[in-house]
Amino acid sequence: MDDAIAVRDLVVDRGRRRVLHGISCAVPRGAVTGLLGPSGSGKTTLMRAVVGVQVVHGGSVTVLGQPAGSAALRHRVGYLTQAPSVYADLTVRENARYFAALYGRGHAEAEQAIRDVGLASAAGQLVGNLSGGQHSRASLACALVGQPELVILDEPTVGQDPVLRADLWARFHAMAAAGTTLLVSSHVMDEAARCDRLLLIREGRLIADDSPAAVRAAAGVDDLDEAFLRLIRASEAAPAGTGEAA
Amino acid sequence: MNARILAATTGRVLRQLRHDRRTVALLVAVPAALLTLVYFMYADQPTPPGQPSTFDRVALVMLGIFPFVIMFLVTSIAMLRERTTGTLERLLTTPLGKLDLLFGYGIAFGLAATVQAAVAAGVAYWVFDLDTAGSSGLVILIAVVDAVLGVALGLLCSAFARTEFQAVQFMPVVVVPQLLLCGLFVARDQMAGWLQAVSDALPLSYAVEALQEVGAHADPTGRMWRDLTVVAGAVLLALVLAATTLRRRSG
Repeated sequence: MDDAIAVRDLVVDRGRRRVLHGISCAVPRGAVTGLLGPSGSGKTTLMRAVVGVQVVHGGSVTVLGQPAGSAALRHRVGYLTQAPSVYADLTVRENARYFAALYGRGHAEAEQAIRDVGLASAAGQLVGNLSGGQHSRASLACALVGQPELVILDEPTVGQDPVLRADLWARFHAMAAAGTTLLVSSHVMDEAARCDRLLLIREGRLIADDSPAAVRAAAGVDDLDEAFLRLIRASEAAPAGTGEAA
Repeated sequence: MNARILAATTGRVLRQLRHDRRTVALLVAVPAALLTLVYFMYADQPTPPGQPSTFDRVALVMLGIFPFVIMFLVTSIAMLRERTTGTLERLLTTPLGKLDLLFGYGIAFGLAATVQAAVAAGVAYWVFDLDTAGSSGLVILIAVVDAVLGVALGLLCSAFARTEFQAVQFMPVVVVPQLLLCGLFVARDQMAGWLQAVSDALPLSYAVEALQEVGAHADPTGRMWRDLTVVAGAVLLALVLAATTLRRRSG
């Protein structure tokens, strides 16, 4: 019960391709967990399984003590899809207010979420007229506006300028300090250092599940990028790895 | 369903419509423009003795058909956009219920259709002297129920389309047969038996018959209410079927 998310032997097929090959991992409460891996490694599929929109082939995903996708969880989980999913023909404010209403929140929470993602000055603009980075922040505001206990963010900082990225990470840590659990995916390794805990996946398999310090120690290098490279090489060389890695 | 979420969804759909001024203008102006066309088409046609003029007969039916066709198209594209932009998948991870979304669309576009039908009926009655034995209010009521039928069928059909190209193809499949067999071109009792049977199974036939009842009788008839009930039943059936096509989980 201490973990916000517990994944057991999760197997997912998309089309005829096996995307996740029996992943088991846990995400602790009240912390920022980074889900790292290259594009196509299965990050989005794992996140979709956690929010309960992915058909799974085998294994189980338990979220806040209930099976993923349970009706009761929809009030408690916020989800940011990788491609921004907000209404381009509404303003930022109208989008935030709509998603706020779905969670039973009001206009004040909507304004707060818009400020939190740094869009206060663009609140009255149509989302369709925003830049790519602003567009994805509008989508982020709609994931945070319900003030959920668990926030699943699929690549929230892609395309953001460095100052904003730092602001967003500070925001994520402030939320975690207040008790919110965050699972944040990224394919940029320099974001890994900002996480309390790391999950590294590659080709649908979990390669590391540890704190950044422990990952560095296990690989024997300070640079996380290099540490991941070593862990990947080690996992491919290990006999426990499957034949297809060779 | 949840009243707060339903109201928020209805408001959201209406706000999207409000930002799209050109669509609003088309929704309001096109039926009136087409009625004008119908008026001049039949302007010089002789009226058979003891019968309503051809314009009265055709325009009355058109008042029910325009909202049906237009709302079918608008809704199937709107719902398809929810699917392709990812907002649908996201909505289904929130506390929103499937029926909140479907009825939200039904109510929002139903309200838009009320404005559309009122303007079209106003033009038909005041500009072109449309003559019906029954009240214009009933004509508008039936037109709005027709529009909601178009919305419900549009929501259902959008589930079977992956692209806009496919979605618009459902118009000839779903809408045109109903137009051909609804009794406007050939009276239903003059069709071959099997065509009548098909016509009996299509909801638009009942909507058209209800309008014809208003045209011919000063007071609402039992048959008109029965027809309207059949159309409303078809709306509910289509919405419930549409709800079963909304899957929270996908592959």
